[in-house]
Amino acid sequence: MLERLNEEKVFKDPVHRYIHVRYRLIWDLIGTKEFQRLRRVRQLGTTYLTFHGAEHSRFSHSLGVYEIVRRINEIFSQYEGWDEENELLSMCAALLHDVGHGPFSHSFEKVFNLDHEDFTRMVLLGDTEINKVLRRVSEDFPLQVADVIAKTHNNKLVVSLISSQIDADRMDYLLRDAYFTGVSYGQFDIERILRVMRPGDDQIVIKQSGMHAVEDYIMSRYQMYWQIYFHPVTRSAEVILSKILHRAKQLFAQGYEFQFYPIHFYSLFKEDIRLEDFLKLDDSVVMFYFQIWQEENDQILRDLCERFMNRRLFKYIEFNPMQQMNAWRELYDSFHEAGIDPDYYLVVDSSSDLPYDFYRPGEEEERLPIHLLKPGGDLRELSRESDVVEAISGKKRTDHKLYFPADFILEGNTDATRRIKSLLQID
Amino acid sequence: MLEDHAKVIAVLKEAGEVIGRKKLQKIIYICKKLQFPFNEKYQFHFYGPYSEELTLRVEELCNLGLVTEVKESKGGYYQYKYTVTEEGNEFLGHYDFQLPELRQCINEINSQSSRFLELVSTILFFDRLTKEEVVEKVRTIKRKQNYSDDEIDQAYAFMKKLGC
Repeated sequence: MLERLNEEKVFKDPVHRYIHVRYRLIWDLIGTKEFQRLRRVRQLGTTYLTFHGAEHSRFSHSLGVYEIVRRINEIFSQYEGWDEENELLSMCAALLHDVGHGPFSHSFEKVFNLDHEDFTRMVLLGDTEINKVLRRVSEDFPLQVADVIAKTHNNKLVVSLISSQIDADRMDYLLRDAYFTGVSYGQFDIERILRVMRPGDDQIVIKQSGMHAVEDYIMSRYQMYWQIYFHPVTRSAEVILSKILHRAKQLFAQGYEFQFYPIHFYSLFKEDIRLEDFLKLDDSVVMFYFQIWQEENDQILRDLCERFMNRRLFKYIEFNPMQQMNAWRELYDSFHEAGIDPDYYLVVDSSSDLPYDFYRPGEEEERLPIHLLKPGGDLRELSRESDVVEAISGKKRTDHKLYFPADFILEGNTDATRRIKSLLQID
Repeated sequence: MLEDHAKVIAVLKEAGEVIGRKKLQKIIYICKKLQFPFNEKYQFHFYGPYSEELTLRVEELCNLGLVTEVKESKGGYYQYKYTVTEEGNEFLGHYDFQLPELRQCINEINSQSSRFLELVSTILFFDRLTKEEVVEKVRTIKRKQNYSDDEIDQAYAFMKKLGC
């Protein structure tokens, strides 16, 4: 079924050293224009404004996930029931799991009401180069791959390689994001985890002897969230990015005449985006508009773009919605009075605004937990065996911050700005 | 500010109490499919549509003291019960939500079992497919739940009643 290349191809990779490609199908998928587009989409969105090394792309992450799954397949091929069909399906799904991501996808999805999973499905099933390559396997193969990525395929074991609480996607992005941001706490022993993985009925299970390696992986997830993904400076950039998109969308709806017609945003603004329009978007296109919008006539759009491009980000303070609910109204009104539009310049950002899957022990059948395989063949949920994991999964740390342009407020010398300074306790 | 949090409190207030995390997940999902303005993003998981965003939001509400979560032992397993606190009611007073149609739906949905709501939300997740294809999908990806033909028919009847 799988045509091998005459000679194995390799990509040099800073995380896995080499990405090995032995099959024509994988090689041809990598060569499609939809996959090559991922070179132009940063994996971590605005994080590069905090950690300057975080310029890596979804292309390198996708290759990394593929490589991990390829290695899992080498191990699983020793087990009865793990056939070439599973191998092919899991490798293709691993490689293509992110093809529906656009630039700065979290903010784009929120503002324009999009879902990258829908676009992944469209890329796989629509009139695309990827679809043509996949159909060489069989007519229904694109649908099979799409179902694995959407987690709706009936082979749950294959799904769990790509998406579960210990999967190739997370293992690659933790190691890769730690490497490129330059931090040391995202590390864990992936070699060991791969060695202790076993195919279970519905998901991967981990041999009991590998528990400590998994503890490191869980700890890495926890630390990376608070230190990297939810870094308050990165969140500030994300808040501004989101407000730029909101402003541009609102201006378009009001019939505002942009100096340079934003043709790439047209269908987004209309919330009627077609696949061909979506595939034209990448980080460079978005940055081009942000660059030229610095000279727009609309003051808010111009200012927000200048802030994003030149890293003049919003400042933040800790915010307790319960204690400061009454102050909020006064703050909001004072911003208005000071001529600073609070709808764009006063933002509460909560940890739930950046959903991240902390390890969950799967109580009450929310999510399938990680299971340890005991020597006698019994399965035990991870946090019941590991005190370290139990401590983390029981800890419900949440966070709310208030973002605002401190420069605007500090420059002001009116009653309203003085009131704002007092409410925010800044001077 | 925090409108999405307030909407979750509004649902819990209308329901009186919701017993079970899974049930709360499915209630919001079904309401969302009924076009009520919930913004939590859902993905398909082993037990049907699930939103990590909602889970985090509920944790935030509990940490803020706006919602209480009580863990109850049910013999072999635990269940979580959610209710709105006095502070939560006060917090909700800052918002002007008019959700009269939602009230009826929430009570209808909340009176069903988690197992049944898992089936209903799974069917709704595949609403782009024909009924035959959906039934086939339920039979394969929910094999372990072993839903009967009767249950599937009841689920469709329930969805019709809700206006899905």
